[in-house]
Amino acid sequence: MTRHHVSATVNGDAVEFLCETQQTLLDVLRNELRLTGTKEGCATGDCGACSVTVDGRLVCSCLMLGVEAEGKSIRTIEGMAQGENLHVLQRKFLEHAALQCGVCTPGFLMSARSLLENNPNPTESEVRYGLAGNLCRCTGYHKIVEAVLDAAREMRGA
Amino acid sequence: MSTTIKYEPRELKVVGTRPIRHDGVDKVTGRARYGADFDLPGQLIGKVLRSPHAHARIRSIDVSAALALPGVKAVVTRDDFAEMPEEYAAAGEIVVNFYDVTRNVMAREKALYDGHAVAAVAATSEAIAKQALKLIKVDYEVLPHVIDVLEAMKPDAPVLHEHQYTQLVTPKPDKPSNVAKRLEFKRGDVEAGFRQADLVVEREFNTKPVHQGYIEPQACLASYSEDGQADLWTSTQGHFVFRAQCAKLLQMEVSKIRVMPTEIGGGFGGKNTVYCEPVAIALSRKAHRPVKIVMTRDEVFRATGPTSGANVRVKMGCTRDGRIIAAEAVLNYQAGAFAGSSVSPASMSAFTRYDVDHVHVVAHDVTVNRPKVAAYRAPGAPIVAFGVESVIDEMAKKLGIDPIDFRLKNAAREGTQSYYGPKLGSIGFIETLQAAKAHPNYRVPLGPNQGRGVATGFWFNAGNETSCALNINEDGTVSLVLGVVDVAGGLRTALAMIVAEELGIDVDKVRPSHSDTTELGFNFVTAGSRGTFAGGMACVVAARDAIEKLRQRAAKIREVPVDAVEWKDGRAQPIQGSAHRFAPMTLAEIAKVAGKTGGTIAGHAEINAQGAGPGFATQIVDVEVDRETGLVKVLRYTIAQDVGKAIHPAYVEGQLQGGVVQGIGWALNEEYVYGKDGRLQNPGFLDYRVPVASDVPFVDAVIVEVPNPNHPYGVRGCGEVSIIAPMAAIANAVESAIGIRICEQPLSPPRVLAAIEEAAATRKA
Repeated sequence: MTRHHVSATVNGDAVEFLCETQQTLLDVLRNELRLTGTKEGCATGDCGACSVTVDGRLVCSCLMLGVEAEGKSIRTIEGMAQGENLHVLQRKFLEHAALQCGVCTPGFLMSARSLLENNPNPTESEVRYGLAGNLCRCTGYHKIVEAVLDAAREMRGA
Repeated sequence: MSTTIKYEPRELKVVGTRPIRHDGVDKVTGRARYGADFDLPGQLIGKVLRSPHAHARIRSIDVSAALALPGVKAVVTRDDFAEMPEEYAAAGEIVVNFYDVTRNVMAREKALYDGHAVAAVAATSEAIAKQALKLIKVDYEVLPHVIDVLEAMKPDAPVLHEHQYTQLVTPKPDKPSNVAKRLEFKRGDVEAGFRQADLVVEREFNTKPVHQGYIEPQACLASYSEDGQADLWTSTQGHFVFRAQCAKLLQMEVSKIRVMPTEIGGGFGGKNTVYCEPVAIALSRKAHRPVKIVMTRDEVFRATGPTSGANVRVKMGCTRDGRIIAAEAVLNYQAGAFAGSSVSPASMSAFTRYDVDHVHVVAHDVTVNRPKVAAYRAPGAPIVAFGVESVIDEMAKKLGIDPIDFRLKNAAREGTQSYYGPKLGSIGFIETLQAAKAHPNYRVPLGPNQGRGVATGFWFNAGNETSCALNINEDGTVSLVLGVVDVAGGLRTALAMIVAEELGIDVDKVRPSHSDTTELGFNFVTAGSRGTFAGGMACVVAARDAIEKLRQRAAKIREVPVDAVEWKDGRAQPIQGSAHRFAPMTLAEIAKVAGKTGGTIAGHAEINAQGAGPGFATQIVDVEVDRETGLVKVLRYTIAQDVGKAIHPAYVEGQLQGGVVQGIGWALNEEYVYGKDGRLQNPGFLDYRVPVASDVPFVDAVIVEVPNPNHPYGVRGCGEVSIIAPMAAIANAVESAIGIRICEQPLSPPRVLAAIEEAAATRKA
């Protein structure tokens, strides 16, 4: 099988990889680039565990092909903290006990960051609908919604 | 010999606070490694061929073409697994029979459900493995199948197991049956009780199987070496139980298998037993290479355990003033393809919240052509509670009694005789009812098409075999090695908090981690809400073992008798009133010189924890029903639960909120949908719809703390009770909103709409 040469930017670093035509971006991130923080929960775009951003847009990486990443800038959970400084959302998830098993957490954090970039002052309802593409089976969402609202407050400087 | 430590009321410094969980940073940065995140050099990818038929005899399996495909290194079928005797072992609340487990792992005589594993391959890539599956020729003789529990109980139903005769009935039946077992519990004389009753209500309920829905599919990596030893990384609720099961199924000595538990991406009872693990080891044994198997979501739905769907009949009688006199239930639970549903705990939990003189429960465990059920959070209890709490709601409404008052009149308390055996000890059911009644949510005015529902839940909770080791490091920090798996609820932090409390040090000085199976003795799976109860007791034992040694070392250094030394606030100091005066020594000071005073200091615990305290919860839900679409919207939700003692209250709230929302999914949306062909039609999260954030409101969690007298910190266990009441509470709320009692769940829009239209048609007629 022919493998395609792809150049992209991942979390600010230039990367090159070879991938087969049918390989998803999720597969490439996890198995070619060894960035296993992005999770596979369904592979059909229903659970959001594989959420990443591509040129700033939130996508399910299981629904995009690796070859489509050519020339794109991808952000994953591994690039969310800056050095030893956790992103406000990461810190708020910890402070609010907004994670349990944690397998959905990277996806939620990517979605929440995208949500707050587009809407810095969301209502509770906007947070709930904004995160409706991410499944969490442990928390009942209560503490996740609280954490995101609190992070939004802090990020607004309110 | 078992271990129980009585409750010790005391001032607490660490327990009851809300520290950041020890695994938290790894989980928010993507570092945490789950089942699918492990790889080994030279590993192969394993894939499983699954039956497309609900019921078929397997005449032959031809794997020659698959084996001939370049890149395929091994194929396994039933021929690679030994026959197993009828031998039972505990795996959570559900007991497994190895005769069945080996057949569930790999079909032998017959494929018994859509998705049943029939063969597996290991190849150098996933693509080659998938291609190889297509080359395996299975000659099936398709047989008639049965999916519905009542159909399966009929005498002329297709029988799954020709050797299965209904157990516990006399005389022994003369023909095989899908009814694997009949259970019966009796107290008093229900018929006499019903004759005395002023009001008798009887209803029949039907529910669908639902899946635990953990977001992480089962995943494992196995490496079998030429000296007959195997390493296994897997996402599991109990690595020692997985080791035991793999050893049995593969006929290996227990010590030859080392299991490393990975982070677990949710389990809820579904990861108490093996699926792909023995297959991966068998493939690795044959291929002489490591083999990794990661299930797809489709496989998780089709081939791992959902919980039972069921048919339940409940009849209850009470006096005019609301005193329950008699209660009767018949429970028919789907077991899936092999015997062993959760009908047994369900039977024992049915009426245990109430003090009733006359009780009769009959239960049937029924095999059907569906995946073998697994435990799911308080296994079986939510289904029967749906029935019982609906009937109670109807009785209370008919008598014009407030639903919480009705339950208060009948609530079990310390000393209440259960119908299944023990008298209840110190419990906090009444306290949860009172807390719920006092909550402001109980008085919020309701609008049109809105209704309020109340329901309650009870769960036994469990103890069982547990071990841990606590190593005091040379700088005075502590490495805590745990044998119970933190199945997500924050267990490792709760246990580190208990150790910190005992030793008198800060919780961030304790680093908890999971053992592998070589580092500690046997631990049971984390099930039955036992983690913090049993794990906590083990940590207390280990910490006190270490404290004893710390006192001895301090006595040696200070040259005083050990009796003169007490451990307080993290240091050895003169015991009050002792004639011996000496300068106190901190844990760090003693640890620093441990090498010179006898070697490193450690504490150990190997216990069988007993005395788990039953948990109770009362829940209140408000819903609004859209009469045009049948959509039920949950407006507000309140849960008051007795947890004994909340070690880490934030994560206890998380257990309450998480269980409630799983219950909301069960009540409103989730169900396995089968076609006439016996195939599952919705094996994905698009069509099997679990609640998303926009489906649910905040869940107000009220922690009630009535200490368990048989735990040093009063812990009861809190993981399961929360899921029991939502089905009933929501059904009761829907009835309050639209005046129609719907006894089928889920209350999905089509079902609710049909009920509304049927009621309208009846009114017109």
